[in-house]
Amino acid sequence: MSDKTASVPAAGQRGKSLASTLGKSWVLIFLLLETVYFCFRSEGFANPNSLQIMLFYGVLVFLLATAELFVIVTGGIDLSVGYVLGFASIISIKVIEKLTGMGLDPGLALLLGVAATLVVGLIPGLINGWLVAYLKVPPFIATFAMVGVCHGISELIINGVYAMGLPKLASDIGSGHMLYIAPGGALSLFQKPVVERGVSVLEIVPNIVVVTAVVVAIFAFLLSRTKFGRHVYAIGGNMDAAERAGIPVKRRILGVYATSSFLASLAGVVYAFMYVSGKADAGASLLLDSIAAVVIGGASLFGGSGTVGRTMVGALIIAVLDLGLRMSGTPTFDKYILVGVILILAVIMERYMQERA
Amino acid sequence: MNGESAARDGKGFLGTRAGQALATNWAAFFLVLMLITFSLTGRNFLSIVNFQNVVHLQTVPLLLAIAETFVIITGGIDLSVGFVMGLASVGAAKLMQLFLASGLTPGLSIALSMLIVLAGSLVPGLVNGIVITKFKVPPFIATMGMFGIANGLALRISQGYPMIGLPDVLPKIGNSYLLYVRPGDFVSFFAKPENFPDNRVRELLRLIPLSLPFILIVIAALAFTLRRGRFGRHTYALGGSMDASIRSGIAVDAHLVKVYVLSSALAGLAGLFNIFQTGIGNYTTFNAQYEFFAVAAVVVGGASLAGGKGRIWSSVVGVLVLAFLENGLAISGVKPFYRYIAVGVLLVVAVVIDKLFPDMR
Amino acid sequence: MDYLLETRNITKRFGGLTAVDRVSIGLRAGEALAVLGDNGAGKSTLIKIISGVHKPDEGEIFIGGKPARIDSPMDALAAGIETIYQDLALAENLDVGANIFLGRERMKRSLGILKVLDDQAMREEAQKVLDRLDIHIPSLKKTIRTLSGGQRQAVAISRSIYWDAKVLIMDEPTAALGVAEQKKVLNLVRTLKDQGIGIIIISHQMYDVFEVADRLAVMRRGVLVGERIVKETNPDEVVGLIVGSETVGKER
Ligand SMILES: Nc1ncnc2c1ncn2[C@@H]1O[C@H](COP(=O)(O)OP(=O)(O)OP(=O)(O)O)[C@@H](O)[C@H]1O
Ligand SMILES: [Mg+2]
Repeated sequence: MSDKTASVPAAGQRGKSLASTLGKSWVLIFLLLETVYFCFRSEGFANPNSLQIMLFYGVLVFLLATAELFVIVTGGIDLSVGYVLGFASIISIKVIEKLTGMGLDPGLALLLGVAATLVVGLIPGLINGWLVAYLKVPPFIATFAMVGVCHGISELIINGVYAMGLPKLASDIGSGHMLYIAPGGALSLFQKPVVERGVSVLEIVPNIVVVTAVVVAIFAFLLSRTKFGRHVYAIGGNMDAAERAGIPVKRRILGVYATSSFLASLAGVVYAFMYVSGKADAGASLLLDSIAAVVIGGASLFGGSGTVGRTMVGALIIAVLDLGLRMSGTPTFDKYILVGVILILAVIMERYMQERA
Repeated sequence: MNGESAARDGKGFLGTRAGQALATNWAAFFLVLMLITFSLTGRNFLSIVNFQNVVHLQTVPLLLAIAETFVIITGGIDLSVGFVMGLASVGAAKLMQLFLASGLTPGLSIALSMLIVLAGSLVPGLVNGIVITKFKVPPFIATMGMFGIANGLALRISQGYPMIGLPDVLPKIGNSYLLYVRPGDFVSFFAKPENFPDNRVRELLRLIPLSLPFILIVIAALAFTLRRGRFGRHTYALGGSMDASIRSGIAVDAHLVKVYVLSSALAGLAGLFNIFQTGIGNYTTFNAQYEFFAVAAVVVGGASLAGGKGRIWSSVVGVLVLAFLENGLAISGVKPFYRYIAVGVLLVVAVVIDKLFPDMR
Repeated sequence: MDYLLETRNITKRFGGLTAVDRVSIGLRAGEALAVLGDNGAGKSTLIKIISGVHKPDEGEIFIGGKPARIDSPMDALAAGIETIYQDLALAENLDVGANIFLGRERMKRSLGILKVLDDQAMREEAQKVLDRLDIHIPSLKKTIRTLSGGQRQAVAISRSIYWDAKVLIMDEPTAALGVAEQKKVLNLVRTLKDQGIGIIIISHQMYDVFEVADRLAVMRRGVLVGERIVKETNPDEVVGLIVGSETVGKER
């Protein structure tokens, strides 16, 4: 590449720029190496279908990591995403159940139920944001308090068990695919063709992966290309400067926590459609994963840095790890250990690379 | 100018001395208020049995909160305490199983396992401390990494099931009382009299669970260290100003490592308490959230996450507030789920009060 | 009196402490007014009031002879009062263009509907104003974090100028700079004066004051203890005013 430019850089310089590009994209390289490793390690991993499966099981982390990123860019943290997810999974099922019970068409009930959940799902974030921005409660405390509140309300609604009772259409969507190819080449969109037992249909692109991709892309745009996004970075970089430049800092922080809980609620809805059930602690174990994804993606907990793209690379590292370990028959326990180790190494690596640059 | 009276006028009652005292120790006042309320609303709330139970069940949260107090005063946080506690519990259980299987006596198995686990529980803290000081990883991330690692190891050891088959004496010791009294008949220390039938043990007045003096000793010793010892002084100094501490010649890095080691050692001790009380090796589930409740208790007790502020006894009050809140609501017949909500609300109130009165401790 | 900006009897208390005590000053277009005083004299507090960060407990602010309400930084900016703070108030994680347009981002339409940030245009505009002030910064795509102290100062000044400041307030503009960069900033101040901008400079450096200021006002413990025309005074007298050994002039 550099050969094409008019001024040919000196060898040393070129070496340095190579090192710094490598440094900047070390997460990508890590992801690549990890994938290659599992291709050899886990039988059946080197298969295009694994990619789909990996993305399918990764959607919750993709959504929660995006949620967490917005908050982390402002220098905050949102501990409540996991329990907001659980809360939303329950709300969506309960509302949809009510609506279908009233004799509504399942499709309409789903649509209304999801819309209602997403609106209700803004509330925890608005409260978090209000506490953080206006009452100056540290984000850690405010959002942990919200964990308690969401947990409590969720359990109250379902009385300590599960929420169930989604119409079949929900699971059709939740575990369905965009495109099906029956043997003989018959294509069908959305609808799984009816085939004889034992005949396998090629399934391409899970619906929820498409939904997640679209949503993540929209929020990536919001963060990188809009005024709101620019303000979020400014707040994380220098809150005083943002304030003095006339940015409505409090409103923006409110917006950020609302964004976070909106995305977490969406993840809750996706969870409900995937697993056709809802429970209070559905997302409890995902907090580590989502914060880890953001940090592995190079964002600093002090705020001001991080992008959705890099966060997704971080999330993919975790998703590949998850599937790779499962397929190699390793107990999932090891995932926690490895995520913990990668999390710490990522920060050390990032710092090292920055010092070199 | 009459600045002082102006300042007082500005804050009304809270500007007065009594108001200040109330605001400073609001958690303690709140605790008392809560005890009074629940005594009225819950039938068996105000009883020795109930109070002893609460304290007994809170030994683990107390140890974790004390651990967290030291770390939070330095301006850090230790998210790994809950899972380190779980790891210690299943680790000790595994060791006991192994020692028993190799033919060691129960007593020796227990003693050896305890020693190994206590020594081993220094390791997570050492790693945390080194990662934080040498590699400059923020405490939140370093200990969150350890949170994952300890959790994974604990699940690996236990395979995700409670570990049974441990010596029977464990829960007997762990749940015994200092005094067994049959009013007008006898007083016995540490265990019920041999000849007294097992099935009638409930008729006895059992006083002072063994865990109480233990935990009191730990609390008192650490409270003394923090308030009076050089170790404590340096801990506050670090949280107050890292810069000033470095310039005044405190070995900042070494001290921080020690604080994180202390924290995980206390978590390990909590794991041992846990195994003695339950008689099984318990891995910690995600929704137990011990680490978050420990942080919550410390904050309710008046510490600031920004560092430099906090006291052991205040954290103890914080733990008791959360514990009696749960216990009192339960006894008063409130659904258990409300307590999660109550804890959340209380936490926010604590911080808001703290914001209104900075610089008080 | 054709003051561009005037304060009358501004008072600000923090609890029992009166940080600014009935201070009245005025500033004309194209003039540089230096505000001097020992640490804690109340200089920063005074300018924070003018720039809308603090609300005064008493007193009024006049802009162009008319009473003005300045309740927030936004009000001050709208009135053409730009402030460069001691800490510069730049977002170090953003680039030069983004900082000059912080809070007032330039947008463009993308695909006809979506409004997106126009970083290209912001950088071009940034380049123009930097050129106008004869400031050189190698790459406008670089974040502020990678710039030198003087360059940062220049970016902060460019930001104010770009937004048509009528009044520019500078809190210790040269404090953290090397000698060469100090000179540049002082030159910049002269350029700005020539463009008709009124400037309030806070400084502990007597040299700065005598180099660029036209008038000076001295504060001590919140009170304005004297005003001088720079040409008619000397450093000794000013130091006397600051430390209070020689209480002359407008004592209240
Ligand atoms: N937000 C605040 N709350 C309470 N007191 C304050 C606040 N801001 C300033 N003060 C006090 O008001 C007084 C004046 O402070 P100010 O910052 O205006 O001084 P200064 O003249 O700018 O000093 P320096 O030369 O050190 O910058 C000081 O005693 C300071 O402690
Ligand atoms: Mg000042």
